[in-house]
Amino acid sequence: IHFVLLISRQGKVRLTKWYSPYSQKERAKVIRELSGLILTRGPKLCNFVEWRGLKVVYKRYASLYFCMCINQGDNELEVLEIIHHFVEILDRYFGSVCELDLIFNFHKAYYILDELLIAGELQESSKKTVARLIAAQDSLVEAAKEQASSISNMIAQAAK
Amino acid sequence: MNPFSSGTRLRDMIRAIRACKTAAEERGVVRKECAAIRAAVSENDQEYRHRNLAKLMFIHMLGYPTHFGQMECLKLIASAGFPEKRIGYLGLMLLLDERQEVLMLVTNSLKQDLNHTNQYIVGLALCALGNICSAEMARDLAPEVERLLQFRDPNIRKKAALCSVRIIKKVPDLAENFTNPAASLLKEKHHGVLITGLQLCTDLCKASEEALEYFRKKCTEGVVKVLKDIANSPYAPEYDISGIPDPFLHIRLLRFLRILGQGDADASDCMNDILAQVATKTESNKNAGNAILYECVETIMSIEDNSGLRVLAINILGRFLSNRDNNIRYVALNMLMKAITVDTQAVQRHRVTILECVKDSDASIRKRALELVFLLVNDSNVKPLTKELIEYLEVSDQEFKGDLTAKICSIVEKFSTDKIWYIDQMLKVLSEAGNFVKDEVWHGLIVVISNASNLHGYTVRSLCKAVQTSGEQESLVRVAVWCIGEYAEMLVNNTGMLDVEEPITVTESDAVDVIEIAIKRHTLDLTTRAMCLSALLKLSSRFPACSQRIKDIIIQYKGSLVLELQQRSIEFNSIIEKHQNIRSLLVERMPVLDEATYNGRRAGSLPATTSASNGAALNLPNGVAKPAAVPLVDLLDLSSDVVPAPSPSGGDFLQDLLGVDLSPASSQSGTIQAQKNGTDVLLDLLSIGTPPAQSTSSTSDILSSIQDNKTSSGMLERLSSPSGLSAQASSPAGGSPIMDLLDGFAPNLATQEDNGPAYPSLVAFESSSLKLMFNFSKSPGNPQATTIQATFTNKSTNIFTDFIFQAAVPKFLQLHLDPASSNTLPASGNGSITQDLRVTNSQHGKKSLVMRIRISYKVNSKDVLEEGQINNFPRGL
Repeated sequence: IHFVLLISRQGKVRLTKWYSPYSQKERAKVIRELSGLILTRGPKLCNFVEWRGLKVVYKRYASLYFCMCINQGDNELEVLEIIHHFVEILDRYFGSVCELDLIFNFHKAYYILDELLIAGELQESSKKTVARLIAAQDSLVEAAKEQASSISNMIAQAAK
Repeated sequence: MNPFSSGTRLRDMIRAIRACKTAAEERGVVRKECAAIRAAVSENDQEYRHRNLAKLMFIHMLGYPTHFGQMECLKLIASAGFPEKRIGYLGLMLLLDERQEVLMLVTNSLKQDLNHTNQYIVGLALCALGNICSAEMARDLAPEVERLLQFRDPNIRKKAALCSVRIIKKVPDLAENFTNPAASLLKEKHHGVLITGLQLCTDLCKASEEALEYFRKKCTEGVVKVLKDIANSPYAPEYDISGIPDPFLHIRLLRFLRILGQGDADASDCMNDILAQVATKTESNKNAGNAILYECVETIMSIEDNSGLRVLAINILGRFLSNRDNNIRYVALNMLMKAITVDTQAVQRHRVTILECVKDSDASIRKRALELVFLLVNDSNVKPLTKELIEYLEVSDQEFKGDLTAKICSIVEKFSTDKIWYIDQMLKVLSEAGNFVKDEVWHGLIVVISNASNLHGYTVRSLCKAVQTSGEQESLVRVAVWCIGEYAEMLVNNTGMLDVEEPITVTESDAVDVIEIAIKRHTLDLTTRAMCLSALLKLSSRFPACSQRIKDIIIQYKGSLVLELQQRSIEFNSIIEKHQNIRSLLVERMPVLDEATYNGRRAGSLPATTSASNGAALNLPNGVAKPAAVPLVDLLDLSSDVVPAPSPSGGDFLQDLLGVDLSPASSQSGTIQAQKNGTDVLLDLLSIGTPPAQSTSSTSDILSSIQDNKTSSGMLERLSSPSGLSAQASSPAGGSPIMDLLDGFAPNLATQEDNGPAYPSLVAFESSSLKLMFNFSKSPGNPQATTIQATFTNKSTNIFTDFIFQAAVPKFLQLHLDPASSNTLPASGNGSITQDLRVTNSQHGKKSLVMRIRISYKVNSKDVLEEGQINNFPRGL
C-alpha cells in the first residue's frame, strides 16, 4: 500500500498516511487528482480506479471515502477487506463511528491505523488485538495525565 | 507570560475552523493559531507542546505549511513520558517524509526507544521506523530491529517484522541478516506474527535469490501445512470474516507459496493438493472468499504447470466474469490478461463475455476489457472483433473514444490481411472518430492507399462519400482532401470500379465543392486548410475547366492572417496564372510512398543515417547505386517513377511529402537532413520535365549539389509541397534561379563590376544555337570568391524569349546568381545577355570549380531546354 487517504464527500481530507515517499507538493497534487477522480464516480461502478500506473481501491462509508493506493499486481479484493477491517475497528473503538469522531479525534484514528498497517503492510488481522493494544496505550496516557495533575496539585498545595 | 501561549484547546480550534464559512475566514483562524504556536515554539514552551503539535497536525491536514513544527516532534520524542512520545512520533510520521534531513536527528532517539523497557514505547519507535525510515537510518538501526524479531511479546515481533520489510526495501543487501529470524517467525501460532512474517519472507525472496532458495528448501512444507490448518480450522470468532477464518492470512500464505513455487517443480508439486482444496472449497458468495480465490488463481497460474489446476483456475475466472459485482468482473479481466500467456484457448472461450465488458458503463472495466480484447485478437477472429468494436465506437462515450480508436487502429494495422479491408475499416473509424485518430494513423493510411494502386479509384470515391456525411472529422477530411487532390480524375471517371461498389456520379465541380466545403469549415485547423489549398492546386491542373473557380477560391486566402495560407494562396495563384507550362508537371501525382520506410520510421528502427559526408554524393557516376541520401530526393522528384528505396532521413518524411508539416520546428534530425538534401531536391525539382532522352550521361552526379547548402532548412518541407517552389523566395538564397523560374526575369540592368580578369575566359557551353562564355574575376583579399560573368549569345536566327539560366554546384561551393540583364536574347548574335555568378570555394586550392548548368528558353513559343556540365574551369579558382 503506497498511501491511505480519507476524503469526505466535499473533498476535505480527513486522514492521510504516506508509506512511499511523496513530497508535500506531490501529496497535495495526488489528493487533488484523486478526489476529482473518485468523488465523481457513480455508486454502482467498481471500487478500483487506475491511476498513474497504480491502482486506487476506494470504498465509501457514509460521507467518507476510504482510499488505498496499491501496485498493479496487488490483490484489490483483499484491500477492500483491509479497508473494511479498518472501518470495523474504528467503529468498535468509537462506538458507531461518524465523520465528526474522525475530525475531533483524528489522532486516535491515526493510532488505530498505525496498529493495523506498518510500512504499508497489514500487521494484525484480529480486531480484538488491535482494540486491546490501543486500550492499553490509552490507559498509559490516562495514567500519565493523572500523575501529572496530582503532581501539579501537590505543587499547588505546597505553594500555599 | 505570553498572551498567546495559553492558547485554545485542540477541540476548540477544530470547532473554530469548522465554524468558518469562507476560505478566507479559515485562513484567518489558521494564521492566528500558527502565530500562537510559533510563539510557543520560540519560547520553548513545555506544557502545551503536545497540544500544539496536535493542532499543527490538524492544520497540516488542511493543507497549510507546518514545517516550523518539525523540531517540536523531535523534542517530544526525546522527552521521557509515553503520551509525549506517542504524539511526537505521530507528528514525525505525518509532518516529515524520509527525504528530509531533519529526520537524521531522530535516529538517536529511535535507537534509545527501541531499547526501552516499556514495550509500548518500543512499539511506537518500530512503527515510526517502519513508516518513514530512510536508507541511512535503516542501516544504522537494522541490528536493533533484527534483535526485536525475537522479542518476547508477539506484538513487538510483528511490528519488527514489518519494520524489517521496510529496511530490506531500502537496503536490499541487508536481506541476508534477516533470513534466519524470518524463517523462525513462520513457525509461530500468533496470526499477526504469521502474517507479518510471511510478508517479510516474501520481500526477502524478492530481494535475494539465496533467501528464496533457503525458504524453498526449509519452509515450503511448513507453509503448506499452515495453509492446510487454517483452511480446515473450525470457526474462530476473532479471525472470522464472513465465515472464512482469517482471509488475510490465507492470502499471504498463497502469495508466499506462489513465490516458492514459481520456477520450481518440486515445490509446486508439494502445494498442488492444498491449492486444489482452496480453489474448490472456498465460499465465493462474499468478497473475502473471492479475494482468496483470486489470489489462489494467481498462484495456480504462476507456479509450474499442472493442467488440472489450471482448468480449475480458468473456470473460477469464468465464474467471476459472469458475476454481477463489478469488482469481481474487474479482477477477472485483470487475471485473464495474465492467463492469456498461459492458455490462450481457454481465454478465447470467454471472448463474447469480454467483448460485452468493453461496453460496460464502468470506465475501469471497459479499459481492462479493451486491453484484454486487444490481446485476444488473432488472424482468425480479427474481422468479427473489429466489426463489433467499430459498431460500438458509434455509441461509446466521448472520453472512451480516444482509447477505443487507438486500439482499433492498432488492431486493424496489425492484422490487416488485404488492403481493401484495411482501407474500409480505417474509413469507418475515421468517419466515426476521426478527431480522435492520431496523426501517424492517418499518415499510415495514406501510405497504404498510395501503395494500393488498384484501389485508388475505390478509395477516393468512398472518401468522397464519407466526407460528405462526416465532414467534421478532421483526419477523415485530411485523408479525403489528399486523395481527391491526387486521384481526382478517378473520382470523376469512375475508373477502377470494384464489383462491390455502387457507381456514383461526381462531376468535376462536385469534387471542387468537397474541398471548398472543407476549407471553409471553420472547425478544421490550419494543416487541413493548407492541405486543401494544395489539393485545389492539383485539381486546377486535373480539371482545367474548373481552373477559374479554383483560382477564385485560392485567391480568397491571399489576405489570410495565417502566413502559411497566405503564402500558399499567393504562390498557387501565381502558378495558375503565370506558369501554365510547368503547372501540370508540378502537380503530378505523388510517387508511391514507400511502406517499409514509413513503418520503419514509425518504429523508430531506422536510425537517421548521417548522410553521405560532404563530397561523397558528388562523384558517384549516374547509374551506380545511389548514395544513401538520394532516395529521399527521388521521392520528392515529381517526375520520378521509381519506387524509392528506404529513405534514411531522420525527419518525418511523410509529413514532408504531404506538405503538412507547418511547424517551423520540425524535428531536429529532419532539419539537418534537410540542409544536406535541400540542395538535391532543388535540383531535382528543376529536372521536372526533362525529356528522358536528354540524359545526364557520363557526368558525375552533381545533382546532389546545387546552390549553397545554407538553403533554408525548412526547404525540404516546402519543396515537397507545391508551395515550396516559391517558398524558396523567402529562403536565404533569395535571388536564386528558382525565383526567376517562377517570376521570370525582371529586367535588371545590374552594373557589372569588372575586377580585371586574371584568368582566361572560357567557352563554358556551346550548342548549335547557343554559346555561353565565362569571364572570371577575383576580388583581392578573398581568394575563395570568384565572380563569373556569364555572357550568352544566340547563334540561331530565331529570337529566344523567357530565357532562364540555372546553375548547380557541389556542396563545397557556394553559388549566388545575380539577376540577368534580360530574358530575351536577340537572334544571330545581335546582342547578349549577361549574368553574374558569384562562387565561393570552401576548398580553395584543393578542388577546382565544377558546375552544372541548364538553360531554358522559348523559340517561337516552343520550350527548349539545354543542359551541360562545366568541368574545365581554370585551376586555382
